[in-house]
Amino acid sequence: MSAPVHRLPKERPGPLEYLRAWPMKAWIFLVALFLYLPLITLVVFSFNDSRRTVVWEGFSLRHYAKALNNDALLEALGNSLTIAAASTALSVILGALAGFALWRFRFPGKPLVDGALGLPIVVPEICLGVGMLVFFATVLPWPRGLVWPLNLGAIIIAHVSFSFPFVAVVVRARMASFNREMEEAARDLGAGEWRTIRDIVLPHMSPALAAGALLAFTLSLDDFVITFFTSGPDTVTFPVKVYSMVRFSVTPEVNAVSTLLMALTVLLTALALRAFGDPIARTTPVTGLPKASAQDDRS
Amino acid sequence: MTLGAPLFWLVVFFFAPLAIVWAYSFGENDGLVRISLTGTFQNYVRALEPLYLEIFAKSALIAGLTTLLCLVLGFPFAVAVTFAPRRLKVWLLLLVMLPFWTNLLIRTYALIAVLREEGVVNGGLEFLWSAGSALSQSLGFGPLDEFKPLSLLYNNTAVVIGLVYIHLPFMVLPLYAALDRLDRSLLEASLDLGAGHARTWLFIIVPLAAPGILSGSLLTFIPALGSYLTPDLLGGPDSQMIANIIERQFKRANNWPFGAALSFILMYATFIAIALQALASGRRSKETP
Repeated sequence: MSAPVHRLPKERPGPLEYLRAWPMKAWIFLVALFLYLPLITLVVFSFNDSRRTVVWEGFSLRHYAKALNNDALLEALGNSLTIAAASTALSVILGALAGFALWRFRFPGKPLVDGALGLPIVVPEICLGVGMLVFFATVLPWPRGLVWPLNLGAIIIAHVSFSFPFVAVVVRARMASFNREMEEAARDLGAGEWRTIRDIVLPHMSPALAAGALLAFTLSLDDFVITFFTSGPDTVTFPVKVYSMVRFSVTPEVNAVSTLLMALTVLLTALALRAFGDPIARTTPVTGLPKASAQDDRS
Repeated sequence: MTLGAPLFWLVVFFFAPLAIVWAYSFGENDGLVRISLTGTFQNYVRALEPLYLEIFAKSALIAGLTTLLCLVLGFPFAVAVTFAPRRLKVWLLLLVMLPFWTNLLIRTYALIAVLREEGVVNGGLEFLWSAGSALSQSLGFGPLDEFKPLSLLYNNTAVVIGLVYIHLPFMVLPLYAALDRLDRSLLEASLDLGAGHARTWLFIIVPLAAPGILSGSLLTFIPALGSYLTPDLLGGPDSQMIANIIERQFKRANNWPFGAALSFILMYATFIAIALQALASGRRSKETP
């Protein structure tokens, strides 16, 4: 016995469901191909069993072994991570202070300070780079031969200068959604100013601090131009090292290290998404007390 | 004082270095290492020589072309993201952002491997070419001429491709931010009233996305104009942009005053671009009640 099959007419896409129209799909595919073909090629050829990177000659991990035994490259990577960590810490502190002050206080010349803080974001990298070169050559010559990591000081200073305004912008944007009545309530209930900041303001600011830290870390790790002008022969960072390797010749070793770094980036992104959740779902304003202070009350 | 520390940092480690460069731009080399600040305008006059004017014009042209290509490539993508279901939206945005978080040097290096004469693009084209050749042979037309690889690297094309590759997210994200706020009923009305998709895009979506187009263009144009690494690694001997000339003055040519003058011309050009954008968006917001 066979039941009559009711065929639903094939659902026609709505007029605004652009994603279901084939030209749109093709376009997205094209953009994705453009963005990822180079990266995929890079990863694939990092496993290539050949000294040259042109033809596929079988799977091998030997470039990874070689890269992990390349002391100069590893030292550069260590320098980069150290610089990024230090400049992130300083940038978050300075950026939080600046963002907080600009949100909280009225003072003469505020628009001026506001504009000045925005300048490092728009000034071309090369201009800041030569500025740092000249500054550390004339005004504040960084002593050579300092012990690690003090020899990285000049680069760290340069990185903080272009990173912390980004943190300030993020913090300020976040504080715009702060409900000042909560602060007044805390003060009414007897909390001092410092306590109010710690228990009410900081918990509200914390997503911005995390986002700002992530931004500062990425900016620092990514920077080539400004570091290129501040680094000396004994303070080579990862991008500067890769630059000199690429200028010299294209070697599969670079592919291997790049793949490792990309894997790290993807991992960090996944963790960040996990921790902060779907960024679009989070745009609804939070009502009630922030989580952190609610937990404090319980303990 | 909470503002004190960041302001101190900004003045000492940002404005002071730039101020020194600015002062040097009015100086001249005095011996090998000394620079005397004589208040001369000769560095700026030299920057107006045809050789350097040409490089400025070329940089602006390359940056403009990059911006245009990013817009053409990114606009349909941003529209697709806007009208995608929510879960897919996150993935599509991630698709654009992920290369952006990858190190700039790694991305540029990856492009070299793809664009080389024996790279992936030419490999793919050669494969298609030989397939076409076999096809024409089997149809009795005889084989095609031998495949000549396109030279995609170490020229101006490579610089533009590289700049588009790097700056696409700067365009897509502001476009998406503008499109996401747009009132969908306007589009439905336009389609209902008989305008086709082409007309709806041209007369409804694009004008409504204009603020995003403006800010995306600015965010793409400014870093593209001052880019150093891409023309340096992907460009040929005639693909020098302003930043490369500045670098040469500070490192190899050792003419700091002239390099300083060029830096400040680049900086002023950046500020002019920002001012123009502010003017344009100001006028727009006045027009729309």
